[in-house]
Amino acid sequence: MTTAQRTRAVPPRTANLRTRRKANAAATNKPNFLGYAFLVIVILGSLFPLYWSFLIGSGDASTLRNLDVNWLPGGNLISNMAEVLENEAVGFWRALGNSLIVSTVVSVSVVLFSTLAGYAFAKLRFRGSKPLLFFVIGTMAVPTQLGIVPLFIAMSQWLHLSGNILAVILPALVSAFGVFWMTQYLSQALPDELIEAARVDGANMIQTFWHIALPAARPAAAMLGLFIFIGTWTNFFWPFIILSSANPTLPVALSLLQSNFFVDYSLVLAGVLLSTIPLLILFVVAGKQLVSGIMQGAVKG
Amino acid sequence: MTQSLERDVEVSRTAPGSSGGGPAEERAIRRIAFGHRLSRWDVKISPYLYISPFFILFGITGLFPLIYTGVVSLYDWHIIGGQGDFVGLANFEWVLGQEKFWIALRNTFSIFIFSAVPQVILALIIAAILDQNLKAKTFWRMGVLVPYVVAPVAVALIFSNMFGDQYGLINNLLGRIGLDPVGWHSQVVPSHLAIATMVNFRWTGYNALIFLAAMQAIPRDYYEAAAIDGASRIRQFFSITIPSLRPTLIFVIITSTIGGLQIFDEPRMYDSTGEGGASAQWMTITMYIYNQGFGASGGGQFGHAAAAAWLLFLVIVIVGLINLVATRAIASNESRSSK
Repeated sequence: MTTAQRTRAVPPRTANLRTRRKANAAATNKPNFLGYAFLVIVILGSLFPLYWSFLIGSGDASTLRNLDVNWLPGGNLISNMAEVLENEAVGFWRALGNSLIVSTVVSVSVVLFSTLAGYAFAKLRFRGSKPLLFFVIGTMAVPTQLGIVPLFIAMSQWLHLSGNILAVILPALVSAFGVFWMTQYLSQALPDELIEAARVDGANMIQTFWHIALPAARPAAAMLGLFIFIGTWTNFFWPFIILSSANPTLPVALSLLQSNFFVDYSLVLAGVLLSTIPLLILFVVAGKQLVSGIMQGAVKG
Repeated sequence: MTQSLERDVEVSRTAPGSSGGGPAEERAIRRIAFGHRLSRWDVKISPYLYISPFFILFGITGLFPLIYTGVVSLYDWHIIGGQGDFVGLANFEWVLGQEKFWIALRNTFSIFIFSAVPQVILALIIAAILDQNLKAKTFWRMGVLVPYVVAPVAVALIFSNMFGDQYGLINNLLGRIGLDPVGWHSQVVPSHLAIATMVNFRWTGYNALIFLAAMQAIPRDYYEAAAIDGASRIRQFFSITIPSLRPTLIFVIITSTIGGLQIFDEPRMYDSTGEGGASAQWMTITMYIYNQGFGASGGGQFGHAAAAAWLLFLVIVIVGLINLVATRAIASNESRSSK
């Protein structure tokens, strides 16, 4: 349908045939061969580093030194992965479990609190709502790494949570971006009439939220959850500071992989692949939502 | 919904005073009055209840550390001894007097330029192609987004291997076409290029999708009109697309400034020591902060780390403002010339 709209170039009747044809060509916006070729190169470039990890990860220590690059994978991928998994210094299974717990708890918490706050900012009238929302947006621009020293003092010396995944979870439970995102979405997607109807029917505030706002928020909430999950899963700086090698998340375990196997890249890159597989699976399942999430966020942000 | 009404009635029945056995009329009025009061209270308090989890948790884990960084930066503060003497701005003086800080600042800027500029340009081109009537749209859009799900640490490990000085793929390929190997780790600019490549790898597709969304919001009539006037596609891109993208360009440039100047994961994992190279040739400011605060050798200097964090914040604000002004100027020039 959009195709029809886009290709419809209507030149004025006075235009001669040549300009008309030229106008059609310029406005129909059909990609030529070059466009496709460029995209193919971009996508090959996007996939190549992963393929390279696969190549090196399926070889052995000597694969890399071989000057004639063998573009076909070797047969050691499984044994290399097994070696990474069994290495106790890296603690891969533990890291996987920790990453799953941290990312899941953080996503659920951010989505819930962001939807609650976003609903209040988008649809409820209360004193101070505008300055408070402005404050939320303002904090989005402040680099969080600025507070890393006091955060460490609080988590490690006051709460004694050093090495505990709670120290990673607690600071991530809410997100200013999440509140902004849900506010934007709900102010457009949730008609005021629906809320009023529920109130007239006698629903109290939390019932209105639960039965009206929450279902309406579902698409945006799912996208927010996806982004927060990926962001938490790949987060390195703070977990690297507060967690120990005994109880890491996946990125922290990956960093240990390098200090443990820094000579043997076949093991390091097999570990890289292992740690990336869960998110690749997520991407296959939910990549479409990610794409539309980024694009929706762009229009509003 | 009706359930809740009944519950309100129930509540008012058990409320004190209502059991007094007055006339039925009065009781009914009271019931309504009580329910009404309860509901007004509900309406007044609920919004604050809904936003309170965010503000309480953010206050403790976000705002407090930010403000407290200022306090720590004014004290002689060590990881073991804790808060020491008040030293005023001595920590700032100390950091600014360190050669390594200035090297880190230079490196951070250099990596940022190498990543931000090509990334925005490439993302714009990709978006312009994706904006055409492609077959299998979703496939291409998903394709450019794949790198986004690879963790920066993983990206760094892969690229530090490909950019290996001795056995790296890149030098291997350069050698085949008869070029000398490049010191991707040992030299300053090549190491910055390699690290910038990691950033570009992960974020170009993401930013392309943001640009694509903004491009799709541009009314197609503009292009049709321009085409009738005989404007080429290139001309249309610079005179219609770029000016219309102004807010999005500002958004992308500001966010990549905030993120890019804080870069840590990629340079930290670029070699196994994490010190930013033998002569700190790719050490960034955040790595400097990390080393002051938590580094294996000479870490634990919380006062120095906090002061450096404030300086980084200052740098980000200044660069962010410069970018904002520059982007505005560029984009409005474009739109003027298009008229």
